[in-house]
Amino acid sequence: MAKITLSNLAHSYIENPKAKEDYVLKPLNHEWDDGAAYALLGPSGCGKSTLLNIISGILTPSQGSILFNDVDVTFADTTNRNIAQVFQFPVVYDTMTVRQNLAFPLKNRGAKEEYIKQRVGSIARAIQVEDILDKKASGLTADAKQKISLGRGMVREDVNAILFDEPLTVIDPHMKWELRTQLKALHKELKHTMIFVTHDQTEALTFADKVVVMNQGHVLQIGTPEELFSKPAHTFVGYFIGSPGMNVFESKVNGNIADLQGTEIKLNKTYKTLNGKVELGIRPEFIELCEEGEGINVEIMRVEDVAHHKIVRAKYNNKKINIIVPEDIKITPSMNSIKLKPEGINVYVDDWLVQGELL
Amino acid sequence: MKKTVNQKAWFLVLPVLLLVGFSAVIPLMTVVNYSVQDTFGNNQFFAVGLEWFEEILHSERIHDALGRQVLFTSIILLIEIPLGIFIALHMPKKGFWASACLILVALPLLVPWNVVGTIWQIFGRTDIGLLGHTLASFGIDYNYTQNVLDAWITIIIMDVWHWTSLVVLLCYAGLQSIPSAYYQAAKIDQASNWNVFRYIQLPKMMGVLLIATLLRFMDSFMIYTEPMVVTGGGPGNATTFLSIDLVKMAIGQFDLGPAAAFSLIYFLVILLVSWAFFTIMTNIDKEEK
Repeated sequence: MAKITLSNLAHSYIENPKAKEDYVLKPLNHEWDDGAAYALLGPSGCGKSTLLNIISGILTPSQGSILFNDVDVTFADTTNRNIAQVFQFPVVYDTMTVRQNLAFPLKNRGAKEEYIKQRVGSIARAIQVEDILDKKASGLTADAKQKISLGRGMVREDVNAILFDEPLTVIDPHMKWELRTQLKALHKELKHTMIFVTHDQTEALTFADKVVVMNQGHVLQIGTPEELFSKPAHTFVGYFIGSPGMNVFESKVNGNIADLQGTEIKLNKTYKTLNGKVELGIRPEFIELCEEGEGINVEIMRVEDVAHHKIVRAKYNNKKINIIVPEDIKITPSMNSIKLKPEGINVYVDDWLVQGELL
Repeated sequence: MKKTVNQKAWFLVLPVLLLVGFSAVIPLMTVVNYSVQDTFGNNQFFAVGLEWFEEILHSERIHDALGRQVLFTSIILLIEIPLGIFIALHMPKKGFWASACLILVALPLLVPWNVVGTIWQIFGRTDIGLLGHTLASFGIDYNYTQNVLDAWITIIIMDVWHWTSLVVLLCYAGLQSIPSAYYQAAKIDQASNWNVFRYIQLPKMMGVLLIATLLRFMDSFMIYTEPMVVTGGGPGNATTFLSIDLVKMAIGQFDLGPAAAFSLIYFLVILLVSWAFFTIMTNIDKEEK
C-alpha cells in the first residue's frame, strides 16, 4: 500500500512534442492518498488509460515523475513496481487451476509453501471462489475469471496499488452490480489504494471515494461524487455527470443578478465583474416546472417517464433545456414555465466555475 | 417455420453424388477391386480373396519401408515442431521486419516439391554443389549417393528447410492472437520467461500446434517427390519410404494386386493414426476444461 505522487506529469505519443495538442496527457500534479479508492472517469480517448499505464509502468511518461511513497519509480518497469492490475478482459492462466492461479504471483516471488497456502485461502474467501479452487480456470465464466485476476493482485499483501482498467466491460449487467459491491467491500476490508478507470459514471460514482474527471488530457476535477454533482468545476463535468447532464446557458452576471437572455434571475451569491464567456449552469434537478406565467416561459418538446421521475425536454430561446420532475407531480398542458432554484445555479467563466460570495 | 417434406429433393444432391463418385469413390473401388484379384495377363482376372493383404502384412520389404517411414516422420516432427515454435517466438511482432521475416519464412513453401528435390540434389553434389563441394574441401567425406547416413541427413535437412516454415507461420498466427494484457499480467506477477511460455504462449498455441503436427504428420508420411529426386530411394533401399516403395511395386513391377492391397493398408494407417492423434489431442483439451 502506498501513496502515489504524480509530479508535473505529462505524456505524448509523439517523439518531440511541441504544441499543446501533441500531449494526450497535459501536465498534472496530484497525490493519490494511501488506501483510498479513486475512479478515473472520462470519455474514450481522454487520456485516462494512458495515465493508468503510466502508473503501472507500461508507459514511461514524456515528462515529470511518479513516486510511490516518495520513492521515484518513473523509470522502474512493471515487474518492480509491485502493483496489481485488472484488465478490461479477464486474464487467467488457462491451464492452471484457480488455486494455482492465485498462488502464481507468490510462487514467482519465492514465498514459502505455508504462507502461500494461508494467503490463497484468505483471498479465496474474500473474493468468494472457495468452492471452485480446484477447477481449471479456462472453463469459468467471465465474472469468475475477472475475480481471479483481481485475486491474483490482492494475494500479495505488500501490493502498492490495484489498478482497474474498465474491468466490468465484459461482465453481464446483473453481475456488474454484484462485483462492484464486492469490490467496495474488499476495499473497506483490505484498504488497498485502488484506481478504477471507467467511462461509466454509475460505476465511478458508486465505487470511488473520489472521482477524477478527465477530458482531452486534462484533469478537470477531483472530488467526491457529491461535489461533482453540486459543484462541477468545469462545464464538461456538469454535462458528463448526471443523467441528463447540467444545463448550460450563456448569460450576463452583474452582482447577484443574472441576465438570462432578457430574463432577470436572482442568484444567492454575488459576483465581481466577470470577463470572458459567462455561462450559468443548472442541473435539471434544480429546475421546477410550473404553471404558465409563474416563471420563465419555455416551449415543451416532450416528456419522458423514467419510472422514478420524469424528464421534460424543453426549449428556451431555441436552446435545449432538460428538467427533472418528481414522479408525484402531474404535468398538465398549461405547465410551460420554469423556475430556477438559486441554490442550484453555478456561474462559469470560460467553462471554469467561479466562486461568488454568499449573500 | 413449417418445413414441407418432399423426398424428390434428394435429386438436388444427385449431381454432387455423381461428381464425388467419379472423382473419389470409383477410383478407390478400382483399387479395392485390384486388391482382391490376380491376373496372368491378357486382361484375365480371378478372385484371390484377402491373399494380397496377408502377403503385404507379412512382407519384410513393407515392414522395412514402414520402419523407415516411421523413423523419418518422427525425426522431422521432433525437429520441425520445436524449431518452428522457437523461430515463431523470436520473430519481430510488428513493423517492417515482421513483414520481411514473414515473406522470407514463407518462401520455401512456394517452391514446388520437384524443384526442392532438384535444388538439394545439386546443392549436395560433391563436384558442382555448393554444400557438397564445401564439405569435401574441408576434408569431410560426404556423399549422399553412397553413404546411408549422409543420405538421411540430406533428406531430413531438406524437409526441415522446406516445411518448418509452415509450423512457424501457424505458431506465429497463434502468438499474434494473444492479447497484450496477458504479457502485462505476467510481468505484474513476475513470471519468468519460461513461465510466460509454459502458461501463456504454449496453451494459446495448442490449437494451431495440433493442426501443424497433424499436417506435418500426414505430409511427411506420404512423402514421395523430394527423396525420389534426391536419392531415388537409395543408397540401396536406405531412403525407400512407403510411397516410393508403392510406386516401385505398382509401376515398376506392375504388381497391381499387391500394390492395391498395399495402397489400402497405407491409406488406413494414415487415417487411423490421424484419427487417434486428433482424438487424443482434443481430449486433452477437453480435460483441461
